Amino acid sequence: MSFKNKILRALIATVAFATAAATHAAGPELRLDKAPLQFDNASLQHGAKLFINYCLNCHSASYLRYNRLQEIGLSDQQIKDNLLFTADKVGDLMTIGMRPAEAKQWFGAAPPDLTVIARSRASHYGSGADWLYTYLRQFYRDTNRPTGWNNVVFESVGMPHAMWDLQGEQVAHFVEREDGHGGKAKHLERLEIVKAGKMPKEEYDEAVADLVSFITWMGEPSQHNRKQIGGWVLAVLAVLGVLTYLLKRSIWKDLH
Amino acid sequence: MQKQAQQLLDWVDARFPLTFLWESQWGKYVAPKNFNFWYIFGSLAMLVLVIQIVTGIFLVMHYKPDASLNAAGVPVAFASVEYIMRDVPGGWIIRYLHSTGASAFFVVVYLHMFRGLMYGSYRKPRELVWLFGVAIFLCLMAEAFFGYLLPWGQMSFWGAQVIVNLFGAIPLIGEPLSIMIRGDYVVSDATLNRFFSFHVIAIPLVLIGLVAAHLTALHEVGSNNPDGVEIKKQPKDANGIPLDGIYSHPYYTIKDIFGAVVFLFVFAAVVFFMPEGGGYFLEFNNFIPADPLKTPPHIAPVWYFTPYYSILRATTSDFMLWLGIFVLVVGGLSVFSLRHQLAKLAAAGVTAVLLVAFYFLDAKFWGVVLMGVSVLLFALLPWLDRSPVKSIRYKGGLYKGILAVFVVCFVVLGYLGILPPTPVGTIVSQICSILYLGFFAFMPWYTAMDKTQPEPERVTWQ
Ligand code: HEC
Ligand code: HEM
Repeated sequence: MSFKNKILRALIATVAFATAAATHAAGPELRLDKAPLQFDNASLQHGAKLFINYCLNCHSASYLRYNRLQEIGLSDQQIKDNLLFTADKVGDLMTIGMRPAEAKQWFGAAPPDLTVIARSRASHYGSGADWLYTYLRQFYRDTNRPTGWNNVVFESVGMPHAMWDLQGEQVAHFVEREDGHGGKAKHLERLEIVKAGKMPKEEYDEAVADLVSFITWMGEPSQHNRKQIGGWVLAVLAVLGVLTYLLKRSIWKDLH
Repeated sequence: MQKQAQQLLDWVDARFPLTFLWESQWGKYVAPKNFNFWYIFGSLAMLVLVIQIVTGIFLVMHYKPDASLNAAGVPVAFASVEYIMRDVPGGWIIRYLHSTGASAFFVVVYLHMFRGLMYGSYRKPRELVWLFGVAIFLCLMAEAFFGYLLPWGQMSFWGAQVIVNLFGAIPLIGEPLSIMIRGDYVVSDATLNRFFSFHVIAIPLVLIGLVAAHLTALHEVGSNNPDGVEIKKQPKDANGIPLDGIYSHPYYTIKDIFGAVVFLFVFAAVVFFMPEGGGYFLEFNNFIPADPLKTPPHIAPVWYFTPYYSILRATTSDFMLWLGIFVLVVGGLSVFSLRHQLAKLAAAGVTAVLLVAFYFLDAKFWGVVLMGVSVLLFALLPWLDRSPVKSIRYKGGLYKGILAVFVVCFVVLGYLGILPPTPVGTIVSQICSILYLGFFAFMPWYTAMDKTQPEPERVTWQ
């Protein structure tokens, strides 16, 4: 084996070792369901409606203006007639009347602003949308909590299940398993609906998917635009790249 | 028309050395003709500097360095960044260019420095070019650190908190020093305001001055090249151009423009298609507004700081023994190899003082020292390298192997610095830290031992 090969092997071994050390570091398992996002106007409008009806009373979306909803196909008149409950003007930000300090007294934790929640909740377990999609479907009844609700991916959450009338009431069945480090960890076995809501499971999942799609859109309303412009920018740069390369070759030709 | 232009130029030249500056700094600057891929990163660093300054100017028009809460209960600074992202026309492009630019700057500068390591660009007569470079690197780190507080997210806040607290580990002056940096007992509005001031004017001013000095020094001594051949020593043609030299203009003008376009392609791909850079360029947690009452479970600095952060974390009290042995070995070797009696004595003295200080002062303090030292060690390279040749092309297997180990250690340290600490991770980072330091500390010996090949007379040119 040549010297170079030896070095290469040693390097690969080191990197593999460090990687192994790293995977070991992963904390408790967080299992997320992949969110089936859809960014067509109908889904986003449905999501917006759910968001404004079910969430915007506790949570604000204070970086977003109502009239931005034009971008998902709503006219100012539609926004004014159907969605504007707490604000006066379509140019207003989506703020709420509840004060954070009061909310904190009621729930033990202030409901955070949700405008960029989809971006902040991303992790190596999945995207922020995956987390939200899982979170909003895994509330369960827990009599030990002051609100009567708990959540599988957010232990001891201060938020009650906002859409329980749609989903119904669930109970969670947990099993204890070895966690591989000598301790025991709680694992979700299954969630069981004990009291039906207005929507059957599939319909509720679809509603949550629409809601999460809207929350994802709201996290960065320019994201669609960004990718479109990006495509053009890359195309122009690619052409420029070829041209400047040819120019470089012709200028350098006379060098020996 | 052309005549009038010439007249105008003459008019200016009689009053300001415009033509002279252009010709000495670029137009008639003679560079070796064999620059390769690695020589693009200097120009790219300048390009990124311009991007950062221009986008920065527009960001400052809308950003508000204010930690107080607005009516919705969100810090004004955080909300102003989202305002830029949403309500300012083109604001999101400006912001992503700037945030991606910060990471791009470090990618480009790390590669630029690595080129220096490979081709011995720091060696005589380019010591000052290199030293200005190291000063630029320090400024860049300060600039990034101050800038990262501005969006006032959770990582901004707690990252700054952790780093400023480090200064508290310095004996006696530590506590007052960290209060002076923050302007408060905790990171607060006062901190945000002063960091803003540093980020938008103080550091950029120094940075631009240093870049000017860096380039003036370079154009005075001339560029190195992948063969390490000094073209200034070659025979010259009728125009006074060395055999392997060419004018920068038009040759490197067009080559650098082509390189810039390729770079911009990659850069734009990130800006437009993955501006968060997978959570490394914009950390996910930083989309949560700063909350002084809620410490995040895991605080990781941005990727470009993590190699040094790892070295800091590696310095535990167990590690001090190994560090002591390391210093003893380097000190012993120095005493043994130095020629002057006085130098021997000085080396022995420094070693002894260090060992005693290791024993009495907290490991936390040494972590901070080691982190600083590992950045500053680059400044010593011109005097540590004893190899008869500059370029890695003519160096022996020993140097090549050691440089490869150094690079791997740097990457592993960077990787581990992102993760929460684990027992295995700490041991790996301790080994890597020692190897990192060893790269510098043992350089005078291994570069002298290395079996090199003679440098050619002419550069390699197909
Ligand atoms: C009754 C008031 C209330 C309603 C209605 C409500 N929430 Fe909450 N929500 C809270 C509170 C309180 C918290 C804080 C929980 C904690 O930190 O323990 C919270 C937390 C959250 C979080 C976690 C934020 C984080 O990362 O810490 C998300 C996501 C969330 N809510 C989404 C929603 C969505 C989507 C809706 C609408 C379907 C909604 N909430 C409706 C009160 C509410
Ligand atoms: C803002 C950051 C920087 C800018 C704009 C910059 C710019 C440049 C430019 C334009 C060149 C000539 C082109 C080239 O050789 O690549 C150069 C050369 C050089 N730079 Fe930098 N630089 C920066 C940072 C640094 C740093 C951090 C170091 C080292 C610690 C460094 C060390 C050098 C050296 C040694 C050379 C000469 C290389 C040679 O001739 O082989 N520079 N720099």
